[in-house]
Amino acid sequence: MAEMIRAEGLEKRYGEVRALAGLDLAVPEGTVLGLLGPNGAGKTTAVRIIATLLKPDGGRAEVAGVDVVGDPDGVRRRIGLSGQYAAVDEHLTGFENLEMVGRLYGLGRAKARERARELLERFSLADAGDRPSKTYSGGMRRRLDLAGALVASPPVLILDEPTTGLDPRSRLEMWDVIRELVGAGSTLLLTTQYLEEADRLADDIVVIDHGRAIARGTADDLKAQVGGERIEAVLRERGDAERARAILAEVAMGGAEVQTDDTGRTLTAAVDDGVPALRRVLDAFEGSSIALLDVGLRRPTLDDVFLSLTGAVTDEKEAGR
Amino acid sequence: MSSLARTASDGWVVTKRNLIKIKRVPEVLVFVLVSPIMFILLFAFVFEGAIGAEGGVGYREFLIGGIFAQTVVFGATFTGAGLAEDMQKGIIDRFRSLPMSPSAVLIGRTTSDVVYNVLSLIIMALTGLLIGWRIREGAVDAFLGFALLLLFAYAISWVMAYIGLLVPSVEVINNASFIVIMPLTFVSNAFVPLESFSGVLRTLVEWNPVSTLTQACRELFGNYDPSVPVGDAWSMQHPALYTLIWVGLILVVFVPLSVRQYRLSAAR
Repeated sequence: MAEMIRAEGLEKRYGEVRALAGLDLAVPEGTVLGLLGPNGAGKTTAVRIIATLLKPDGGRAEVAGVDVVGDPDGVRRRIGLSGQYAAVDEHLTGFENLEMVGRLYGLGRAKARERARELLERFSLADAGDRPSKTYSGGMRRRLDLAGALVASPPVLILDEPTTGLDPRSRLEMWDVIRELVGAGSTLLLTTQYLEEADRLADDIVVIDHGRAIARGTADDLKAQVGGERIEAVLRERGDAERARAILAEVAMGGAEVQTDDTGRTLTAAVDDGVPALRRVLDAFEGSSIALLDVGLRRPTLDDVFLSLTGAVTDEKEAGR
Repeated sequence: MSSLARTASDGWVVTKRNLIKIKRVPEVLVFVLVSPIMFILLFAFVFEGAIGAEGGVGYREFLIGGIFAQTVVFGATFTGAGLAEDMQKGIIDRFRSLPMSPSAVLIGRTTSDVVYNVLSLIIMALTGLLIGWRIREGAVDAFLGFALLLLFAYAISWVMAYIGLLVPSVEVINNASFIVIMPLTFVSNAFVPLESFSGVLRTLVEWNPVSTLTQACRELFGNYDPSVPVGDAWSMQHPALYTLIWVGLILVVFVPLSVRQYRLSAAR
């Protein structure tokens, strides 16, 4: 299978901060690559370089065999970009936004209009299509932005944190839309801070931190490494932590370590069999005198991924870009 | 499509986008149009007594050419502010990820601002007519006068576009342009006669393109008394030609400079 996106040793600095420190990416045709990482890991920088918005300080990138530095216009004709900050003109209506983008892609007026109506329909924006996009909700704006990326039916789509800041319902709607695109055979590069999002949408996942890949593989590979669900117990008394740790260690998968947070009262263990394990844990706590504030199952988060890959939680403060 | 046709077509698409904003946020237009009316009335009534007639021409008539020149130059601030605003918004990422002409955003902005200037010239001309200004030469000369104003405004728009790209913040551009435009319009013959200046200041006034633009307008509209000396400087003897030379120079320098800066600042 041909690779539609290929990046080798991408580097970018902002003063002292190394936003990218030699990142390699490869996205075969018709697949979805999820670029997973915390704020400041370099996701947006990588995307902006591949989308020709930024020049790399080192390394190279190609989209459909076209070099991003050598022939940026050639790359622009082959990609659709939808960013973190919905790139729509708020004074224009949804229709006018899409028509404008169509014209700027070089479509004729009639074709641009036809395409705009088609996309508004497809993204459930037909009713709002003739209202200024200023009046749209956050979810509607994102959908309009995504529609903008699709105007010219580009073979490669680049979505930078398409659901960050959306409410849960809009997020689910966005996922449906993206899955539909992928079903239609688009090649997609997607960045996200949410493990669940990468898991649901991506064929392959690259975890990045401080501008370099720290893990790569399929969602299943990553899960095998990170574990599935977590049992999280919040204790009333810090002094019970040792005994509680022993209870959780009994059910933890494959000898995974039980993690304790900074307060010393929240303990987490990765487990293979969620519900039965939870039942056993509850029974064990019942038989002990440990007072619990809360106990439950939860899905692994990006923090859990980082914890198991690097032994440290994500460091949001070291954000370059 | 050839690249020139592409540039024109993309530029027009962006122009239309900017004009739609005028339709959707008409409040902006109100201020653009009200402030020149205010200037005309302020100057006409406050300075009329102090400055008096210029030869056989009343101050109000003398003033209008200057106000025209001042307003179109001030109007260019709009270009810088609009561009600075665009650069801060997500829409610029959309533009840059499209295979469009790299100068289209700038062409669209400067072109849509010509529309603002046409509107404000119409409003000012009407206000002028109300307080006693008249076009005393032929319609062709008057048309040439307005055309020269718009051309000069267009050139200044490109200067402001460049500044708008250098300091992409609307507040900064408003202040920065004030510093450039106030001296440019006040160290000129726009509001006071040339004879009131002397020494170095007078030389500056004579060679200031705002002075020559004003003088050219006064001549084309017939708002001057030929018996009042306009100064010996070549610029004042050939005001329209001298102004056109400035228009050409500004465009030759600032169009490529702005396009280059657009590419650079968008790549941050």
